[in-house]
Amino acid sequence: MSKDKHQKTLDSLPPVAGNGLLDRRALLGQGILMAGAAVAGVGASATGAAAEPLKDDPWSTTMGGPTPLRQQPSKFEKHVVRVLSNLKHEPRNSHARTPHHLINGSITPSALHFTINHSGIPDIDPAKHRLVIHGMVRQPKIFSLEDLDRYPMVTRTAFIECGGNSAPMFSSEPMQVTAQALHGLVSNSEWTGVMLSTLLDEVGVDPKASWFLAEGGDSCALHRSVPIKKGWDDAMIALYQNGERVRPGTGYPMRLLLPGYQGNMNVKFLRRIKLIDQPAMSFYEAKTYSQVLPGERLWKFHFLQEVKSFITHPSFGHSLKGPGYYDISGVAYSGTGRIARVMVSADGGKSWAEAALQGPTNPQAFTRFRAPWRWDGKPAILQSRAWDEAGNVQPLRAEIIANRGQSSQPVTNPNVFINQHYNSITSWGIDGKGEIKHVYA
Amino acid sequence: MSTRKLLVALGATLALSASTAVAQSPGLGKNITEADIKAWDIAVLPDGSNLPPGSGTVAQGAAIYKQQCALCHGEGGVKPAPGYAPMVGLQKWDRMDAPKTITYYEFATTIFDQVRRGMPYMSPRTLNDDQVYAVTAYLLAINKLIGEGDVMDAKSLPKVKMPNAGKFIIRFPDRI
Repeated sequence: MSKDKHQKTLDSLPPVAGNGLLDRRALLGQGILMAGAAVAGVGASATGAAAEPLKDDPWSTTMGGPTPLRQQPSKFEKHVVRVLSNLKHEPRNSHARTPHHLINGSITPSALHFTINHSGIPDIDPAKHRLVIHGMVRQPKIFSLEDLDRYPMVTRTAFIECGGNSAPMFSSEPMQVTAQALHGLVSNSEWTGVMLSTLLDEVGVDPKASWFLAEGGDSCALHRSVPIKKGWDDAMIALYQNGERVRPGTGYPMRLLLPGYQGNMNVKFLRRIKLIDQPAMSFYEAKTYSQVLPGERLWKFHFLQEVKSFITHPSFGHSLKGPGYYDISGVAYSGTGRIARVMVSADGGKSWAEAALQGPTNPQAFTRFRAPWRWDGKPAILQSRAWDEAGNVQPLRAEIIANRGQSSQPVTNPNVFINQHYNSITSWGIDGKGEIKHVYA
Repeated sequence: MSTRKLLVALGATLALSASTAVAQSPGLGKNITEADIKAWDIAVLPDGSNLPPGSGTVAQGAAIYKQQCALCHGEGGVKPAPGYAPMVGLQKWDRMDAPKTITYYEFATTIFDQVRRGMPYMSPRTLNDDQVYAVTAYLLAINKLIGEGDVMDAKSLPKVKMPNAGKFIIRFPDRI
């Protein structure tokens, strides 16, 4: 197809929802169409664009640089970094958020995986690190990393999300910050390790054990209680992340992986598992990750990271360069299974179009969704809403606020964790100039 | 998909039952006794399990608190350093931004456990068990949860009546 014909085809696609959302089938099996459309979308005009005559650039005429042992991103990508909450390494916790608005795809690069550490990152010698499993077991046992490397391993993809991710969304006024600041405490990796069930079998669990506690080797000895069910079901001692050893900030040399459960429970620097007959009510489960609700109601054991999605492109921090075609995309995930459907709206939820899901969709893992959009240059509000295979749906903002409440005063600092477990819709308001704001709609 | 289903899908037969899994695991874990785990085995449970011997008074705790805790957590548990929640104050939780003070905890054992494992922040696990009981007693006393003359030990601590005990709703009971 010629470029003009691409544009004509694109222009002829009827919108399937308000404000120019196109049929997702425009994205399926029509690479040629979309390649042309993407080019057309960048410039204001698809016809007669004046391109400069081509010539060789300096890097094309001399030998390039040496090959490094370990690759680093291009020097032109220096802005693609995590944002930190504790730049001076003060004696408190430290958050690093994933720049969702600057990356694409479904796997989070290990260097950009979010981390929260409560007492710094311990410098652990893997040869000396030990994992002990004891308590209500037939025989307490201790494992070295070398031991675990010989066990049968499993590879799977899983997101990890801090229970406090998206906490700024509980502010009574929308915080004007990026998707990174709002939702940067969730990331998605491929994990490889030994199933906890294999090790539980080896120590022989007392049938009366109903929970286990997992504890880290960091100086705060962070510990969390986990129902034994999860231990038998899909808990993993993760040794590798995206093919390499788990990185120090992410739990080197081993961490607990509890797919779909609160990030804080996925204990890093894991050194101890104890089988017990009651939850330990550790600091983090008794205080931090319990919720205060309106009407003096209190919640505990909110383990699940429920179904959620947010648009990363375009979003706050971007601007639209004139009317035309744009690829709306974002991530969707659920602690209760695969993503089944994502709907996208460009008119603040008045009408919706089904987004294309980039498969394969894995359980408790990111699914990238895309929706083709022809922006007419008028104000628009972009939203996404996800459903999972268990039938759970991302709640509307009005629903979650009615049940959970919101801050008494507007909050402007994304590092203030007003509450946890916000999984409602994020809205990006676009004005006639293509500027993007975070709005509630 | 559960891991077991995943393994089945992969054609593996691991972990399908205790007997087959043990048979196919390399069994490299070395036996260790609970006595040898003791230094790491610090978690205290709400029923008082694993509380160590020893005891501490409110007065002893006040002195330790002043020296070791007040810099961050504030003299008397009020007016802490920026970013820290006060230790005393509100006892009503009806909005999400109400600070979770000492009275918020469902079980007094959590306070002992957290002080012992993580405090003081820069030199954790340097207080002895008597000192941890004492600091715990002080924190409970300034919140009027125990009397000024009460002594905290393995027997008395789990019996302290916390105002929020039994008030928490389990969010997802089917997950437990």
